[in-house]
Amino acid sequence: MVYRAHILISGDAACIAKGARDVEAALWEAVQELNLKDEVQILEVSSLGHSDQGPEIVIYPDGTDYVNLTPEDAKFIIEEHLLKGRPVERLTYREPPSLPLPPPSEKEVRVVLENVGKIDPENIEDYIAMDGYMALGKVLGEMTPEEVIEELKISGLRGRGGAGFPTWLKWTLARNAPGDMKYVICNGDEGDPGAFMNRSVLEGDPHSVIEGMAIAAYAIGASQGYFYVRAEYPIAIQTLRAAIKQARDYGLLGEHIFGADFSFDLEVRMGAGAFVCGEETALMQSIEGARGMPRTRPPYPATAGLWGNPTNINNVETYANVPKIIHKGGSWFASMGTDKSKGTKTFAIAGKVERTGLIEVPLGMTIREIVYDVGGGVLGGKKFKAVQTGGPMGGCIPEQYLDLPVDYEHLKEVGSMMGSGGFVVMDEDTCMVDIARFFMEFTQDESCGKCVPCRVGTRRMLEILNRICAGEGRPGDIETLEELAVYIRDGSLCGLGQGAPNPVLSTLQYFRDEYEAHIYDKTCPAKVCKGLIEYKINPEACIGCTRCARNCPVNAIEGKPKQTHVIDADICIRCGVCKQVCPVDAVYVE
Amino acid sequence: MKSLEELRKIKERALERRKLAGEGAKSRITVAMGTCGIAAGARDTMKAVLNEIEKRQIADVVVTQTGCMGLCEYEPMVTIKIGEADEVTYGKIDAARIPTLIEKHLLGGEPVAEWQVQTAK
Amino acid sequence: MEERMMHQVDETVARYGSTDEALVEILRDLSQQAGYLDRPTLAAVAKKLAVPESRVFSVASFYSMISVEPLGKHVIRMCQDAPCHVAGGRKIWETLEQALGIQFGQTTSDGQWTLMPTSCIGLCAVGPVMMIDDEVFGNLTPEKVNEILARYREQDGGAA
Ligand SMILES: Cc1cc2nc3c(=O)[nH]c(=O)nc-3n(C[C@H](O)[C@H](O)[C@H](O)COP(=O)(O)O)c2cc1C
Ligand code: FES
Repeated sequence: MVYRAHILISGDAACIAKGARDVEAALWEAVQELNLKDEVQILEVSSLGHSDQGPEIVIYPDGTDYVNLTPEDAKFIIEEHLLKGRPVERLTYREPPSLPLPPPSEKEVRVVLENVGKIDPENIEDYIAMDGYMALGKVLGEMTPEEVIEELKISGLRGRGGAGFPTWLKWTLARNAPGDMKYVICNGDEGDPGAFMNRSVLEGDPHSVIEGMAIAAYAIGASQGYFYVRAEYPIAIQTLRAAIKQARDYGLLGEHIFGADFSFDLEVRMGAGAFVCGEETALMQSIEGARGMPRTRPPYPATAGLWGNPTNINNVETYANVPKIIHKGGSWFASMGTDKSKGTKTFAIAGKVERTGLIEVPLGMTIREIVYDVGGGVLGGKKFKAVQTGGPMGGCIPEQYLDLPVDYEHLKEVGSMMGSGGFVVMDEDTCMVDIARFFMEFTQDESCGKCVPCRVGTRRMLEILNRICAGEGRPGDIETLEELAVYIRDGSLCGLGQGAPNPVLSTLQYFRDEYEAHIYDKTCPAKVCKGLIEYKINPEACIGCTRCARNCPVNAIEGKPKQTHVIDADICIRCGVCKQVCPVDAVYVE
Repeated sequence: MKSLEELRKIKERALERRKLAGEGAKSRITVAMGTCGIAAGARDTMKAVLNEIEKRQIADVVVTQTGCMGLCEYEPMVTIKIGEADEVTYGKIDAARIPTLIEKHLLGGEPVAEWQVQTAK
Repeated sequence: MEERMMHQVDETVARYGSTDEALVEILRDLSQQAGYLDRPTLAAVAKKLAVPESRVFSVASFYSMISVEPLGKHVIRMCQDAPCHVAGGRKIWETLEQALGIQFGQTTSDGQWTLMPTSCIGLCAVGPVMMIDDEVFGNLTPEKVNEILARYREQDGGAA
């Protein structure tokens, strides 16, 4: 008999206590009454997953999940859903409205993000209400450029875009460089996968960046600035353009700002989809209208930048800190953070933590505090395995360094880096070889191809990693990876190539045994790599509900209703859908 | 902008407005409209807010927008502030939830506890 | 056709200024308007800005948001990075391929749609994510994708 539909009803004790038997009886009755018994099958299963909201049924083939049912509801569902083909929206299961979310931590300190999410970014007066443009007014009215730079020196602010170069020093170099025409550039190309701190600032508090750039322009003696924002951020670009227009309307950009002998204006330049354009020399090439390829440094942009003129280039977050420093004083800023890393840093905290999203903490906070206090702990109470910082050119930091203070120096010491602020938490279910492979894929794809070590070397490394993950690793692979890594790191032109081997090197350093397991034992300890795992169904647990077979995208599962199902390993593509949909957890990975 | 004095005046004016009283309004609804919000449906949420306010002819409310509140996973996010009371932040507010939210909290004065989330200060 | 293209080039160049520094933006904008840049367009831009055609072509072919091959009226860019992938990107990937009857990297035969992968667009917290032209869509489910596509088709005059 081929049924048109199957109704699964949960026979879970909790559901029965709440009247599942009566619901089942009502289902039978309605099916009989409406003459559907040759078309519809009713099956009792041990559980359907939401027994706290029982009685519960699931109707296939569409998989509609109904909860909190009464016998009347059951009858109604049969009529509406099975006879008339209209699922009953009001009775379907819904995600709980707000997941229990750990409360925010008191340890967060918002400086750059102070206004983000609080003010209307399209209304300049909202920014002014929060003391916006006061710093620019103070600088133009009361301070010499030297004094501005001195205040930054006291603050200890360092670049937030990657390398952590002292901002005051960069400004001094640009100020002292000979030339009439000077430029300031804001690097908003944020391309690290998983990072979105700069976007949030550009969209949520654009004026703070504009003000910071104006102050920088005054300090180094520039009158023109450029925002370089990636085209993948259309809303940030829109907000920014609107903000610039408003600043002009209020006379905060343009000629003789605050009546002083200082004029400054800004333009937005949109990137066009190339990760390497985040590198400063490539970025300037792109603004000049050329292919965005890095060149060797020196000369540094401070002396020979845009069109060969002295140029100061900083990250979005670096500039956003500047008005706060001027307004509240360099020593206020220096009171936060560590000896060499002052102030706060924003992070996009992602991966396996309870509270993902955007955070800002004083530099020097330990990884443990960030993960467990600010991030609310590892998702689902699992075991912490590593954290990846610094984006695709950063590294993975293992559990033994949970108490490491997060600042420029300490991250470097353990083989990673600050980068722009990606912070991806990984738990015991993450395969470190797979992670290294993923980042290598990214850098390989984004390599601009100008220099050979980066172009060819990353491809070779990726090939090896792909092989290892596919279960075809060979003795000697690890050593080859290490040799290639050194060759690429030392031979590449820009930071992309120089940093590309980092994810591999750091995982090799801390998780070498996982590589060895892949290569020699042909197993993936975290059970992730598809070439090394097999999905199986536990015949003891399988209830024959047919859910897995129906959801399998390649029809690799055999089995009749109410009978044990079997996965054909030759057809299976290891997508894991069967494991996700199985109501009784009968699918496991080996 | 000619002087700091002028800027201070604008600041006073803006502060008044933000305090609601300056606009003669009793309450404020803010929708987070960063890219994360918009991707999660904030435009529809905003539309629903405006519709609902028009439909019920609520006069003394200010509707405004803001950037990312930091908890992108809970977008679309909405805050409601009534008079002097603390602002209440809600997560996962799609357009369908707006009528309830406006009815219960904005008009009824009772925050909807199960949709609330807390963001960092 | 020719005339319209020339008009578009003129207008766009006027918007960004006829200096070679605006080249990247001019090309990106034109590419978005017309779907892609054909040889005559590239030549027209080169002439307008008085730069060698080879330079224009080399710039155009460097950036992933600029295309020198025909693209559909709407370009869908779906994020292919890990955070989105983990959040269920694979299903969306398949839904898109199925709904449009093409694979990633291809354009539908009616010239309406191009399907492309992109790297992270910074919306990982609401992943999986895709962009259609300049619009972003997050928390995608197969149902949502079909709804969104239907909306675009309707706007485009019911062309299925
Ligand atoms: C491949 C590569 C990509 C980069 N991407 C960015 C970026 O997206 N944003 C950024 O601010 N800096 C990026 N940088 C760093 C910049 O070259 C530069 O150091 C930075 O903008 C300086 O600003 P800061 O002193 O404020 O940090 C990148 C560097 C490399 C090598
Ligand atoms: S990974 Fe998809 S938006 Fe970041």
